[in-house]
Amino acid sequence: MSGSARLLEKWARAPRAVTLLLSLVLPVMAPAEPPAGASSCSGCHAVSARVETPIPRILGRQPTDIVAAMQAFRSGERPSTVMGRIAKGFSDDEIRVIAIWLAAQPAEAR
Amino acid sequence: MMRTTRRAFLRGAAASAALLPAPALAQAQPRVIVLGGGFAGATCARELQRAEHRAAVTLVEESPIYTACPFSNSVIAGLREIAAQQFGYDAIRAEGIAVSQDRARSVDPQRRLVSLSSGSALGYDRLVLAPGTDIRWGALPGYDEAAAEQMPHAWKAGDQTLLLRRQLEGMADGGTVVISAPANPFRCPPGPYERASLIAYYLKTKKPRSKLIVLDAKDSFSKQRLFQAAWHQLYPGLLEWVSLSNGGNVTEVDPATRTFVTDFATYKADVANVIPPQRAGHIAEAASVADQTGWCPIDPVSFESRLQPGIHVIGDAAIAGAMPKSAFAANAQAKVCAAAVAALLRDETPSPPKLINTCYSLVAPDYGISIAGVYHPVNGQLTDVEGAGGVSPADAPLDFRALEASYAEAWFRTITAETFG
Repeated sequence: MSGSARLLEKWARAPRAVTLLLSLVLPVMAPAEPPAGASSCSGCHAVSARVETPIPRILGRQPTDIVAAMQAFRSGERPSTVMGRIAKGFSDDEIRVIAIWLAAQPAEAR
Repeated sequence: MMRTTRRAFLRGAAASAALLPAPALAQAQPRVIVLGGGFAGATCARELQRAEHRAAVTLVEESPIYTACPFSNSVIAGLREIAAQQFGYDAIRAEGIAVSQDRARSVDPQRRLVSLSSGSALGYDRLVLAPGTDIRWGALPGYDEAAAEQMPHAWKAGDQTLLLRRQLEGMADGGTVVISAPANPFRCPPGPYERASLIAYYLKTKKPRSKLIVLDAKDSFSKQRLFQAAWHQLYPGLLEWVSLSNGGNVTEVDPATRTFVTDFATYKADVANVIPPQRAGHIAEAASVADQTGWCPIDPVSFESRLQPGIHVIGDAAIAGAMPKSAFAANAQAKVCAAAVAALLRDETPSPPKLINTCYSLVAPDYGISIAGVYHPVNGQLTDVEGAGGVSPADAPLDFRALEASYAEAWFRTITAETFG
C-alpha cells in the first residue's frame, strides 16, 4: 500500500470533525490511487461531461454530502433503486475515505 | 517480500537468458501489453496510462470496431440499431496508448513475449489478458461454426446479432422460436432471459400467434423471480421456460432441420438460437493461464494469474468468485487491476480492493430490473459482502420498472464513454 493510501485510511478512522477539517486541504494532497470500492462508482456515475444521464455526477462534491447520501441510502431513509443495495456493502469508514477521494477528483476530468 | 523474491528470481532467470527483456524497474519505461479491447481491456489500458505515466501501454485488438453485447438483445428485437453498439479506438489512441490492430498468436510467459499474427513479437514487464469468451465448438453435439449460420448463437455481438434479427423478421406469424441456455458459468448470466423477454415483446407486438420456448440446462437463473413474474404479467401463454428437471437440457442439435434434442423430446424451431457452452478466449490457453475448467484462476487483489506470474486476467475470462461475467464487472475489475499493476511496477504491494457489480435487464422497453453486488477478497476469493446486493424489489410499481429501464440506458452511455469515449 502506498504511503498516501495509508494516510487516507488513518484519516478515515479519525473523528468526523478531523476528517472534515482534513478534507479542506485534501484536494492538493489526495493520492491518485482510489481507495477500496471507489473506482467502481464511475461505471454508473459519469465522469465525462459529454454523457447525458439522469444519474448524478459525484466527483468534486463535498465529502459531507456524499457521506450523508450513502448513509441515508444504506438505512433506507432515502429511497433508491440500486444505491441502497450497494451502500449496504460499505462501512462508515470506507464511505468516508471514498467521499474524500471523490471530492478531490476534478469534477469534469475527461 | 514474496513479490520481491519472485522478481529477483526472474531477474536471475533473465541474466541467464541473454535474449530476455530487462526487468520492469530497471527500465525508464515499463512495458505493459493488454490483449483484448472490450470493456475489460480497453478500460484497463486507459486506467493504466493514467495511473502510471511512465508506462508504455500497448492495447492489442484484432477488430478496429468493438461491438458491445449489453443492449444487443434490443437490436435482435428490432428496438435498436447495431450502430448504437459500436465503438472505435481513436479516443484511446489519442491518450498515448499504442493500439495495435493485430491478433495475439502465442504468449511465452518465461521470456515475457507476445507473438502477434502479423509476425512481430512484443516484450512486456506485465501482461494483462482480457480475451473475453470463446465458444466451445462441438461441446454441444451438432453445434459447430457452420451450424451457427443456421442456428445463430448471437452471444458475440455483431453479424450473429443481425442474423438472428433477420431470421425473426423473416419468420411467419404463428412460428416457434426456441432458445437454448447453457449451464453455468457463461457470459452474462441474465442475458438469455432478457433475450427471451425482448423476443417475446417482438412476437407479442408483431407476430402474436407465435410461441417462444426456452430450453434450459439449469433449474434456476439470475433474477429468476422477477423475470418469471414479468413474463406472467406481460407475455402470458407466449413464453414457456423448460427447466433442467423438466427436460430442458439440450443434448444435441440438428442445424439442417433447426431441431433441438433433449432427454425427453425434440423441438423443431422456425427460429433457433443456441446459446452454447463457453470458455476463456483462446489466448488464455495459449498463455497457460486457463485451468481445466477453461477459465482463469486469479489472485483477487491484483488479478494476477495463479498459474503464471506477470500475467493478469480480467473480465469474462477470469474466475472472479462471486462476481458475474458482466460488462460492469469487467470494467470494475479493469480499474482495480490497473491500480494493482501500477503499484507492482513501482514495487509496491497492491491494496485489497472492493468491487461493485450492477446489471440491468430489460423485460420490455420500459420495464427494467437489476441485480447488484459488492465484493471483496476473502480467503483468496472474491466474495459477496454480506448484507449487500440483491435484486430489484418484487412488488415495485411500474414507474420503478420504468426508472430502472432508463437507468439501464444511462448506464450503457456512461460505461461506453468511460471505456471508449
